[in-house]
Amino acid sequence: MDYGWIMIVPVLGGALAGAAMLIWWERRLLGFWQDRLGPNRVGPFGLLQIVADIVKLFTKDDWVPPFADRVVFILAPTAIMAGMLMAFAVVPFGPGLHVIDLNIGLLFFLAMISLAVYGVLLGGLSSNNKYSLLGGLRSAAQMVTYEVFMGLSIMGVVLLTGSFNMSEIVRAQEDVWFVVPQILGFFVFLLAGIAESHRLPFDLPEAEHELAGGFHTEYSGMKFGLIMVGEYLGVILVSAMITTLFFGGWLAPGFLPPISILGPELEGVFWFSLKTTFFVCFFVLLRAGIPRPRYDQLMSLGWKILLPITLINLLATGAIALFIAEGG
Amino acid sequence: MWSHVRTLWEVLKHTFSRNETVQYPEEMPYLAPRYRGRIILTRDPDGEERCVACNLCAVVCPVDCIALEKTEGEDGRWLPEFFRINFSRCIMCGMCEEACPTYAIQLTPDFELCEFNRDNMVYEKEHLLIDGVGKYPGYSFWQIAGKTIAGKDKGEAQGECEPVDVKDLLP
Amino acid sequence: MAIITVDGQTFDVQEGHNLLQACLTHKLDLPYFCWHPAMGSVGACRQCAVIQYQDEDDERGRLVMACMTLAVDGTRISIEAGQAKEFRASVIEWLMENHPHDCPVCEEGGECHLQDMTVMTGHTTRRYRGQKRTFRNQYLGPFIGHEMNRCITCFRCVRYYHDYAGGDDLQAFGSRTRMFFGRESDGVLENEFAGNLVEVCPTGVFTDKPFSQTYTRKWDLQSAPSICPGCAVGCNTLPGARYGLLKRVHNRYHSDVNGYFLCDRGRFGSHFVNADARIRRAGVRAEDGVFEEIAIEDASVRLSEVLGQGDVIGIGSPRASLEANFALKSLVGEDNFVAGVADNENRLNELMVSIYRESGAHIPTLTDVEAADAVLVLGEDVLNTAPRVALALRQSVRNLSLEMATNAGIPEWQDAGVRGHAQDALNPLFIASIAPTRIDDIAADTLHGTPDVLAEAGFAIAHQIDSAFVAVELFNDVNNFVDAAVKALSEAKRPLIVSGTGCGSAALMQAAANIAWALKGRGGEAALLLTGQEANSTGVTLLGADLDLGSALRKLSTGDVKNVIVLENDLYRRAPAASVDAALDKADNVIVLDVLETPTIERATMVLPAAAYAESTGTFVNYEGRAQRFYQVFEADGATRPAWRYLTDAAKLAGRNDLRWDHVDEVVRACAGTDNLKGIQDVAPTADYRGRANLRIPRETHRASGRTAMHAHLNVHEPKTTVDEETPFSYSMEGLNGDQPGSLIPYVWSPGWNSNQSIFKFQQEVAGSLQGGEVGVRLLDVSANGTGLQNRFRDPPETDSGSTTADGMRLLPLYSIFGSDELSGFSPPIIERSSGPQLVLNPGEAHQLGLTVGGGVKSPGLGSFEVCVSSEMPRGYAGIVLGMRGSINVLPQDAVELMPDPSLKPKRPLDVIARGH
Repeated sequence: MDYGWIMIVPVLGGALAGAAMLIWWERRLLGFWQDRLGPNRVGPFGLLQIVADIVKLFTKDDWVPPFADRVVFILAPTAIMAGMLMAFAVVPFGPGLHVIDLNIGLLFFLAMISLAVYGVLLGGLSSNNKYSLLGGLRSAAQMVTYEVFMGLSIMGVVLLTGSFNMSEIVRAQEDVWFVVPQILGFFVFLLAGIAESHRLPFDLPEAEHELAGGFHTEYSGMKFGLIMVGEYLGVILVSAMITTLFFGGWLAPGFLPPISILGPELEGVFWFSLKTTFFVCFFVLLRAGIPRPRYDQLMSLGWKILLPITLINLLATGAIALFIAEGG
Repeated sequence: MWSHVRTLWEVLKHTFSRNETVQYPEEMPYLAPRYRGRIILTRDPDGEERCVACNLCAVVCPVDCIALEKTEGEDGRWLPEFFRINFSRCIMCGMCEEACPTYAIQLTPDFELCEFNRDNMVYEKEHLLIDGVGKYPGYSFWQIAGKTIAGKDKGEAQGECEPVDVKDLLP
Repeated sequence: MAIITVDGQTFDVQEGHNLLQACLTHKLDLPYFCWHPAMGSVGACRQCAVIQYQDEDDERGRLVMACMTLAVDGTRISIEAGQAKEFRASVIEWLMENHPHDCPVCEEGGECHLQDMTVMTGHTTRRYRGQKRTFRNQYLGPFIGHEMNRCITCFRCVRYYHDYAGGDDLQAFGSRTRMFFGRESDGVLENEFAGNLVEVCPTGVFTDKPFSQTYTRKWDLQSAPSICPGCAVGCNTLPGARYGLLKRVHNRYHSDVNGYFLCDRGRFGSHFVNADARIRRAGVRAEDGVFEEIAIEDASVRLSEVLGQGDVIGIGSPRASLEANFALKSLVGEDNFVAGVADNENRLNELMVSIYRESGAHIPTLTDVEAADAVLVLGEDVLNTAPRVALALRQSVRNLSLEMATNAGIPEWQDAGVRGHAQDALNPLFIASIAPTRIDDIAADTLHGTPDVLAEAGFAIAHQIDSAFVAVELFNDVNNFVDAAVKALSEAKRPLIVSGTGCGSAALMQAAANIAWALKGRGGEAALLLTGQEANSTGVTLLGADLDLGSALRKLSTGDVKNVIVLENDLYRRAPAASVDAALDKADNVIVLDVLETPTIERATMVLPAAAYAESTGTFVNYEGRAQRFYQVFEADGATRPAWRYLTDAAKLAGRNDLRWDHVDEVVRACAGTDNLKGIQDVAPTADYRGRANLRIPRETHRASGRTAMHAHLNVHEPKTTVDEETPFSYSMEGLNGDQPGSLIPYVWSPGWNSNQSIFKFQQEVAGSLQGGEVGVRLLDVSANGTGLQNRFRDPPETDSGSTTADGMRLLPLYSIFGSDELSGFSPPIIERSSGPQLVLNPGEAHQLGLTVGGGVKSPGLGSFEVCVSSEMPRGYAGIVLGMRGSINVLPQDAVELMPDPSLKPKRPLDVIARGH
């Protein structure tokens, strides 16, 4: 069954609501892990914190620095948001629950997420501020580095599935989740995903301790809000992709009986959400625990360790796939 | 690499540890008497002002937020004519308390000093002066100083001899 | 030069200095108490102990007192040696045994030499647990507070007060730990220089009483170099201000003028700056005769309108700055400018300048006065008219003892030795004065009489020294005095003649000039000191005025000129009230720019508030023609501005292009165009002077406190610091006080030396010149070969026999240090100390007139006076203490009638004439 265009509404709404909630959720989690409470004042459990934040952001002076490249400066946050939201179009939230079931879904995802990085880059450049410029430069370098093996790392999944179609990939995991054969690919994708969404410990374009906010130093008001939401969308997106590509997407763990009262779609959404949430929480845990590496360390990790690992993984997977195809 | 994983595990374990957060203002935290909050001026055990307007607090103040001027009471005590602290500049460093030779100026555990109007952060002597001895109950500077005040003549301070008879030439 | 080694470092030191002087000259931190640069060593406190080594091989050395040990070539000492440090720490510990726990409530705290030395020696914890000795304090008058508990028995006070200043009512009493320094019983300290005890006492035994009333720590005082406005000596002062009030005045060291000491008029007379009688706002007299406040800008417009109405008489003032006088003179034109001095005094001032210019006699600085070996004071009661000169004269009579000591091999700084050796030997000092003076006690001989009698004696002395000078017939009782004076002056190597305008007698000054010329003609040195009466008397005289006050008042009263501008002057002090009234009644506009509410203000049609000396920058010229700059110390409350600024503003509005001066430097530059005043541009650097690192000089110490709180009750946002366009000083703690010219030292402080003793860090050598050079430019310096002999005066006065004339008493001018000066007469402590209007006459005549001592006497048109008697007063004459507030300042020429005034209640029986005479 294909819900098609109707899915735009829940996906768009869900993604945005999720990103917004994540802002609160992350702060609560960080709070707990630091033996504090986190935001708990606005509404029950502080749930309305995000409403307060949004009200604040909307009422702030929407300021464009006189020295900035005005057009690009305004467009950049939009690009981040748009790229991230577009990528959600191909994510299968359950059997048939996707905006569009592209047969090049995975490539579309890669393309869109790269577009979002342009937003960061352009934002940094257009601000015309040395900290922003440094942030933008780092973002560019990080993008070039991590895009390469992000793409390569999931080629193993594609090889095993024989398709770029996301639903196909999920279905191909009915026997065994790809995390098992593709453990190396999973790790590389995880790291690349963090880097791609500029999350700690790979938030070097932002790096507030050294760059005062990096690429978004000059941003304020809702434009800053867009960048912020874009970042959390990225977190959700990468978590969703990890779930889809390596952890069986909407599929329940094989040893569990189906939850009949929900029906297959909702059951798919349930499992998908559960897994995604797990990875989202893992992202937050990384932020809570791991310090930011130096820039050269980030680069050498990418080029000297992750890239070879990816290539080896691809080679091995290819060999095995070839072997199976030949032999089987 | 292992250390990173271990870090993550250690952080994760905190999910189950108790939160340290005190739910102020519903729950008031315990603050030790030596906490450095709002500044007060205290009085002697006999109820007179302790401050002798020596200006040492003003001079040690790193943000120069204390201003005062000396006057003299009818009883011969030195007093501040005015004593002003601009709390909008105060950084609660406590140097004034350390410098005070009479225990007059003391920092208290009251930190609730917010105002909507900065002008209200300027405290004059009548706002600062309390009717008690604060943290140092027994001390009375004037009972130790050599200067005469009403009710304490020369030779009557702690550790003082009777005034010398200057016309006595005995060895 | 001797070379000594201190802790391995070698220093060139002056031969004959002691080790303490040597160390301090090289800015080494060596603690001391009893030594004072102006008073030498007595070795009483044992604080300056150092280790002196026998020779290069000596490693143990022995403790010596640096202040008592001659610095001979090759001396090797150590300040840092453990034993010396321990010894000094122990000395402090002993001194501190009985020192009360008073620092927070002590006026000396923060500038206490004892505190400094305690910290320097490292004595931080009191081990002594015994009881402290205590004393009862004494009432010492309105100037000085007494807190004997704090005494560390250094003896500086008695050495200063008795030995240096000649007071005999402060003594050391008791023995061992019970040493007491004070008077025999409670009472006002009589000496006119008692205020220096505040600075001399190394701790807080003697404190500044008026300062204590609105006390401010030294670190909070905003100060700038200033010049005392009290008399013509021009002592350098450091007024300190805080919260918009002048708090106190301290001495500012000047090696040639005031040295380390001020007189009490200078120290306590400046509180007029805070007086209630200060004018703070501009006002015009409305129809109903009441002043209405107007804005300063409107006042300038009105002033400019008056300028447009034709001729304006401008009356300057000897108590206003040279700049203000010059601006007024430029504004009204030379023909309409009056120096603002009584006519007779004006003539005397001009005579003084011409004598100075022509005599070729040396114009002595106070250092020269101290170095004189024979002195004749002719007429002038310097103790009351130029007090600091009297203190210098007290030192001059000691030169004989110093000479005797030198001959006996006793170093000059060995104070006890010098005094013990010389006993009562004094240089000759001859005092000829109207009434007995308070320095008669050191005089070899005195002569009292009318100015004419004194002048006659003067002419006779000149004649006897050099018979080319005019001869006079003498009264018998003058002969001894004349002979002795002639002998002493002729034998002296550095004779000095002191006179001035105080007696109102030109003959007296001419006689003084004749003596100086005669001595000079002999081929020797001769110094002639003539003093005017006010801070800028010499200045306005050099500026020059074509019109005299009498003519100006006549022009006004006849209606020739309708408008008059009075600059910082009270005309009722300058001319008889009737003539002033007549002039001001006729004038359309009487515009008065002044500091205080004087009687002249009552007659003004418009009043402008002028800044007092501590609130403005300007120049005074002292008796020796030394132009010295005083700087604005603090920003005055209200609308007050320097007087010259009103005049230039009005000139601009009136379209005058010749007075386009915006800064005091520009006024000074223009003023230097006057022939007599060329040098004043070099008096001090201009406002764009910047020290090291291009920094201004701070008026506040680096410890100044309360910046974010002192104005917070008015506005919680701190005001921006005023940028000073007029001077090189800043109104903040920002800047550098260290290596600027000597005229720009705003306060003395050096790390570890918070007290005024830190001045040695600013001197080239202890008690020597300032490192930044001397202060002031002498405008009158003429070549030593002067034209004296051709210009000798030939008109001795006609003297009558001094018998009572039928129609009453003739009046003679007397002065009081406390009250005769106009400005300090508004200072509360001076008012308290001063005795009010007094009249002195011979006891016999007092009896004849039915007057009782301490009772009242009145004379029509002169007011009431307290009766004082002196057997030295010539019969037929009464002396009146001039210038007291509410009393007269100009003596009538004619004899007056005196009658008892039972209604007068004298302030206090405190006679201004010498006690014991």
